[in-house]
Amino acid sequence: MSKILRLLVCVTVGWLWVPGAHAVLEIEITQGVEAGVPIAVVPFEWRESTPPPQMISDIIEADLYRSGRFDTIPHRDFLSKPHDHTQVKFKEWRLIKAEALVVGRMQRLGPNQFRVEFRLFDVFKAKQLSGFSYVVAGGQMRKLAHQISDIIYHKLTGEKGAFDTRIAYVTVEGAGRRPRYLLRVADSDGYGAKTILESREPIISPAWSPDGARLAYVSFENRRPMVYVQRLRDGGRDKVAGFPGSNSAPAWSPDGSTLALVLSRDGNAEVYTYNLATRKLRRLTNHHAIDTEPAWSPDGRHIVFTSSRGGRPQIYRMRADGGKVERLTFEGSENLRASYSSDGKRLTLVTRHNTGYHVGVLELDSKGLLVLTNSTLDESPTFSPNGGMILYATRQGGRGVLAAVSSDGRVKQILKFQQGDVREPAWSPYNRKL
Amino acid sequence: MRKPFFYVGVILMSATLAACGGKKGVKDGAGASVEDRGVSAAGADTGVDAYGRPIGAGGEGADLLGRRKVYFEFDSSTLDDESRALVEAHANYLVNNPGVTLVLEGHADERGTREYNLALGERRARAVSNFMGVLGVAGNRVQNISYGEERPESMGHDESAWRLNRRVEILYGN
Repeated sequence: MSKILRLLVCVTVGWLWVPGAHAVLEIEITQGVEAGVPIAVVPFEWRESTPPPQMISDIIEADLYRSGRFDTIPHRDFLSKPHDHTQVKFKEWRLIKAEALVVGRMQRLGPNQFRVEFRLFDVFKAKQLSGFSYVVAGGQMRKLAHQISDIIYHKLTGEKGAFDTRIAYVTVEGAGRRPRYLLRVADSDGYGAKTILESREPIISPAWSPDGARLAYVSFENRRPMVYVQRLRDGGRDKVAGFPGSNSAPAWSPDGSTLALVLSRDGNAEVYTYNLATRKLRRLTNHHAIDTEPAWSPDGRHIVFTSSRGGRPQIYRMRADGGKVERLTFEGSENLRASYSSDGKRLTLVTRHNTGYHVGVLELDSKGLLVLTNSTLDESPTFSPNGGMILYATRQGGRGVLAAVSSDGRVKQILKFQQGDVREPAWSPYNRKL
Repeated sequence: MRKPFFYVGVILMSATLAACGGKKGVKDGAGASVEDRGVSAAGADTGVDAYGRPIGAGGEGADLLGRRKVYFEFDSSTLDDESRALVEAHANYLVNNPGVTLVLEGHADERGTREYNLALGERRARAVSNFMGVLGVAGNRVQNISYGEERPESMGHDESAWRLNRRVEILYGN
């Protein structure tokens, strides 16, 4: 053993807050919706000679477009460019068939202080639906733009927006003999990526704590998969499971007190819960087949997991304290890695049909399974906190990429990072507001 | 000008023989001093050469000992007859060389999810170690680890690559 250890190359592990360059990501909508709400987002007024820290209206427009629920009208069609209610002539917007209109302005108040105001109008009713004014620092402007997008989305769809959220994912650079694994956190649109862990050994299965302050993940830095929990604020981290065998698949209980995880310390992959405060470990499954990929229901009462106890991997459900196990999936030759929508009514999962591994949604009441994607090596589906979108990993052009699909399957997009193989996405819970 | 090539040839031949478990070849010929150093650096008494392969295990099963990868069917951890013969050769070697320890590294192809494949890789490693246990190898001499689908042997995305990636690697230590 010691010789093998001596031959091992040192593992580089550290937490870093490296601000990402802005232009590393491009989003390509590969399938749009035909019946999105036509919306006009007028470029916000900005009277300074130097450009603003962020063009807020561009970010809002991109958010709304990406959601697949809106049809953003090209600026060249605009007959005027109003910035507040006194300048809006509703007839002009009816002419170009806009149903909703967003206008606003940005002003510099101090060296790093800005006023941002926006108004949302219902064009047909000629009525303002919403309007706010904010004072923010330059560094807060992207976040503010996403919050405004959330307000607009909520007003127009009746559902909560999820633009002001984050995603965690793993990037692998320099594939081959000496790859570098980077655990990264970015805004939901892929901007502002920061590396929170870098290692020469694999990192998988990042999972957000319910308060969005910590990530649990699996790192192989000790030549064995072990589970860590890391604070995002200062990078401080704890190893929470380093038992003999594999330690993997962490999932947070909704109250944040407990992790469900998978340990093979008794010889076989079994689902356990681990209370982070009392450090009490409890074994939930007891089967000679593979039991893995636990995920909690939003009410904390159930845990779904993948098991091969029926031959091929399928999704099963049990009470969060163990007990009777019920099989949930019957369509598809395999179903894996299920996780709940925030309303607890649906699971997103990887489902295998004859063509490959796709992203699916299982309605828990009807047990109906909807297959959302036609790519063949899809992995790690994760609901947006409002349940409207599912982010997942797939392959395109020989590379691992992140993609998103609306939970009705109508809108698809690929997030293109400039380098590396991207995988293992996890969508954060809602952020705290500014 | 021929002499240097002759030496290189002997060294290469010696290395090949050592790799195949032919310890005798190491002792003879012009390259002996080079090879001797390699063997002692790796620890001749541990029974492995500089590449971590068992040496001095001539006779029946010697060619099997040079093979250190056990392959599996999709989503399976079952050892077929060929794999059993391979594992048996290594188990016999361990029984005859009590100082040697093993790491069994389980792997899976990329299909399915990473966590499931992590468990599957471990199951494959355990299938090998369990069979070694049956053949008389003490459990504390064998360590199972799984890399799931994280360390493919072939980077392709078709069955010809997947077949190579569904494996257990037998890694000798000391």
